[in-house]
Amino acid sequence: MIPALGLLLGVIIGLALQPTVPLWLQPYLPIAVIAALDAVFGGVRAVLDGIFNDKVFVVSFLSNVLVAALIVFLGDKLGVGSQLSTGVVVVLGVRIFSNVASIRRHLFNA
Amino acid sequence: MTQIPQTPEDGRDLDVQPSTRTAWRRLLRAASPRPTKGTLLAGVLAVALGFAIAVQVRQTSNAGLEGLREGDLVRLLDTVNQDNSRLSDEIVRLEVQRDELATSTDLEQARAAAQQRLDALGILAGTTPASGPGIVMTIRDPQAKYTAAMLLDALQELRDAGAEAVQINDGRVGASTWFADGASGAVTMDGRTLSRPFVITAIGDNNTLAAAMEIPGGVSETARRMGGDTTVLIRDTVDITALRPLSTPRYALPENQASPSK
Repeated sequence: MIPALGLLLGVIIGLALQPTVPLWLQPYLPIAVIAALDAVFGGVRAVLDGIFNDKVFVVSFLSNVLVAALIVFLGDKLGVGSQLSTGVVVVLGVRIFSNVASIRRHLFNA
Repeated sequence: MTQIPQTPEDGRDLDVQPSTRTAWRRLLRAASPRPTKGTLLAGVLAVALGFAIAVQVRQTSNAGLEGLREGDLVRLLDTVNQDNSRLSDEIVRLEVQRDELATSTDLEQARAAAQQRLDALGILAGTTPASGPGIVMTIRDPQAKYTAAMLLDALQELRDAGAEAVQINDGRVGASTWFADGASGAVTMDGRTLSRPFVITAIGDNNTLAAAMEIPGGVSETARRMGGDTTVLIRDTVDITALRPLSTPRYALPENQASPSK
């Protein structure tokens, strides 16, 4: 409940403040968002599996974001930034889909 | 409560097999507000995520140049620079040209350019006598079977071969020249009856013109089929003296006179 309200609150704050993303953060923010989404869906799945753990969720959330940003940063330095970004998005997308599939099976048995 | 076996799609569900109802109950329990340290922390993370999503969506929807990578920007900058220098060159060139034309100190040059255009247009329109290398072709046609259409074909053949000025008998050929069949085999050009034999004088690359008259199915062969013959004389200099009257167009107005330029 609290995280869901927090998500809504965050969106509202973002829309209200309309901040501009600082230049150094621009390549990383979209990837970080995708990674965080992956962590969120993983967390929901863990809840349904009955194995949810606050600490695991927080750590996985932060580490997902950091690792995704690190990969993009490294890719930019190696000159393959856009390709690596695509790769990260694909991998995280696949994970989100499989988590959603598991959640769906739990909730709707289908 | 019944245990409904689930289809193991990714193998991970094999060990944990909760029923749908258990899953819903777990979800409800998780959704109930329990202000523990863990949920609060997760809530803070969720706020950050929502904030990031909103910011990123807004950023993407009005992404300008700042969203591009360094390489793309460099390429973009290169293109813009190239365009810039090309256009600057053009500006300089056109300004020089404008000054040359505008300043009266260089009136002689402007006059020369105007004269050059006048000569070219005069030859094209047939208002100026012309001389140069070319051919003189005589089409003899004793049976008077050569028609206006054949004469038009011959003229077109000459133009295709690069003739720049053409005279038939004593009439100059211009852009608006027309041919017609008159009574009893007579051929008229621009309303005047042409007397036989037709003598066509054309200025251009004389060898090319002569060759063009001899191609199979061309001018010479047509004349022979009509019971006549042709002779083509290749000359280093032929003179075209006939002139066309200068006619003012009734309908077409030059663009820069219709809307005078500054």
